[in-house]
Amino acid sequence: MPLKEVAKFSVSQLQVLDEHGQLDEKLDPRLSAADAVRLYEAMSLGREVDQRLVRLQRQGRMGTCPPCTGHEAAVCAPALAMTDRDWFVGYYRELGARLMRGDSLEQSLHFWHGHEEGNVQQQPGRTLPVTAIVGAQVPHAVGIAYAMKYRREQDSAVVSFFGDGATSQGDVHEAMNFAAVWQVPVVFICVNNQWAISHPREQQTRSETIAQKAIAYGFEGLQVDGNDPLGMYLATDRALQRAREGGGPTLIEALTYRLLMHTTADDPRRYRSDAEVERWWKRDPLPRMRRYLEGRALWGEAQQEALQERMRQQIDAAVNAAEQAGGWRPDVLFDHVYGTPDPEIEAQRRSFLGSLPRAGAVDGHGA
Amino acid sequence: MAPKLTMVEAINLALRQEMERDDRVVLLGEDIGINEGVFRVTAGLHTAFGAERVIDTPLAESGIVGTAIGMALAGLRPVIEIQFAGFVFLGFGQLEGHAARYRSRTLGQWTVPLVLRMPYGAGIRAHEHHSESREATLAGVPGLKVVIPSGPRSARALLAAAIRDPDPVIFMEPAQLYRAFREEVPEEPEVGVLGRAHVERTGSDVTLVSWGAMMLPSRRAADLLAREDGVQVELIDVQSIAPLDTATIVESVARTGRCVIVQESPRSFSLASEIVARINDQVLLQLEAPVQRVSGYDVVTPFFQRERLYMPNEARIIAAVGQALAD
Ligand SMILES: Cc1ncc(C[n+]2csc(CCOP(=O)(O)OP(=O)(O)O)c2C)c(N)n1
Repeated sequence: MPLKEVAKFSVSQLQVLDEHGQLDEKLDPRLSAADAVRLYEAMSLGREVDQRLVRLQRQGRMGTCPPCTGHEAAVCAPALAMTDRDWFVGYYRELGARLMRGDSLEQSLHFWHGHEEGNVQQQPGRTLPVTAIVGAQVPHAVGIAYAMKYRREQDSAVVSFFGDGATSQGDVHEAMNFAAVWQVPVVFICVNNQWAISHPREQQTRSETIAQKAIAYGFEGLQVDGNDPLGMYLATDRALQRAREGGGPTLIEALTYRLLMHTTADDPRRYRSDAEVERWWKRDPLPRMRRYLEGRALWGEAQQEALQERMRQQIDAAVNAAEQAGGWRPDVLFDHVYGTPDPEIEAQRRSFLGSLPRAGAVDGHGA
Repeated sequence: MAPKLTMVEAINLALRQEMERDDRVVLLGEDIGINEGVFRVTAGLHTAFGAERVIDTPLAESGIVGTAIGMALAGLRPVIEIQFAGFVFLGFGQLEGHAARYRSRTLGQWTVPLVLRMPYGAGIRAHEHHSESREATLAGVPGLKVVIPSGPRSARALLAAAIRDPDPVIFMEPAQLYRAFREEVPEEPEVGVLGRAHVERTGSDVTLVSWGAMMLPSRRAADLLAREDGVQVELIDVQSIAPLDTATIVESVARTGRCVIVQESPRSFSLASEIVARINDQVLLQLEAPVQRVSGYDVVTPFFQRERLYMPNEARIIAAVGQALAD
């Protein structure tokens, strides 16, 4: 039976700055000094907040939270490439990037502490709140992108983040398929940290790469060294450019690693080896970015110490403010079920308030 | 004189008028464009408004609901058509997990004003997963509104209201009524009020509560009871399943002292059960007899050879009214 080849594909990996700090000059996105420093500082803040959240949780002062350590390049570099006009549709493991997008640290602490108030942005912009149902946000991103195209907004696009586990969800498939059919301005960033809680990437999908899934939908897929901030910046910047010019969607697979536990309730030693984790710490995006800055004479020990001190003060202040916040009305949960008044809900509110032991406020902390 | 329209034509009119009024309104669903929907509800709209506003989507309910949520978050007013009610559960995760919750999750900062319309219910000899009536499952989700019209004129007015509403609204269209009868529907837009029941006929002997396709046998039963037994039925069309207009129902039951609820859906964990509970909460002592429920059974909606056996009819309604009056 003669077989005719009808199609042929390949998948590439992009790396601009390797783990030794070696820069590929041809691919260098040539960030301005200010942007390069901003990116490193944002990545550092994400890392620092992470460490503090884990400590606070261990002390019983914070709810369960998902550390982002290791993901800083994969999420902060795209945030740098985005403008305020672009939409950020994330999941739950991009804290550093969310802070770059204007979320306040104090608000984020409220969220991880279990208060809806933490989801309310002070300046309503184009950053959607954290979602917990894995993959569900990806079709939202595509719908938003449809609205951008419908309104002929040429200065904006949508970036949606999700994990490797999420690629098994029907919603992610449906979203990518819709995006391709509609040719809407969306950039999918799969943060492939190789684990979905205890489930390894190889058992999540038999595809050799996540990037190649894009080929099946009919748009470009690219694997990027997800611990390389410059590579992630370059890839996102190009994909955003293409999206804004009407070129449709792109899938970026950020190949990275979750260095800590899935959440503070998880013990990763049950399912993965110390040796594997060790190997990935050697590719940590933070020292890599620092070496790059030092190479451009933008950074040194003095700057590092000053940054460390600034972050300590900023985080202390936010933690204090969050722990002192309180006096929130317990019946706020009856306020926003509908946008129109409902007598039944109002009756239930009265009964709820009557059932409280005292005219109590919601506790400010205490998980 | 206003033109006489079927429910399909009336819904089509509402869609057309809302699209003319507001260019944020876009329709999306399977086969709604060139094919104009399997029931032709979107007839002429693709031609009039183009493929960008009448979007033929790939075959994926979660994708349809999920992308509509994004459109709504970004300021559009998407109106989804789910081809048949039995398929809505493939998009239920998006409805329950996101459409219904964005408002409370963000304390009102983000909202999802979308409408999901779909034919529902038995009586049209369709196949499996085409005839379900699961309004209680959807109404049981805080944050969703559920509306069911019972005639062309109310369908047009309530759909216009649903499209203008700030919340996600599930608009369930009784497929059995799509072409069952015509009604005068004024040309100029009429906008109904969500959350309100409609007292269709006043009477002092017994309150009969129903909605959707079951209004048909309820109306016929009320006629027969008046003609043959001199029983004066007060007939209430619930219209809004959630939020539910408790006040109108209990006020009526307080006067008549007797109540029969007629629904197509399975009996247990249903809207009828909820209405009984609210009557008990508020006017138990004015009741002269236990409230009767006439309903489908707690079985999977049957294939069409048995659907007539499953659905409530006049005889069952009249027997239940007899029970309510006997005690
Ligand atoms: C629909 C759904 N199923 C299960 C879960 C529980 N859960 C939360 S995170 C997670 C793993 C997600 O892995 P991945 O998408 O790779 O993202 P990562 O957490 O590794 O960044 C699971 C199973 C969930 N939140 N949502």
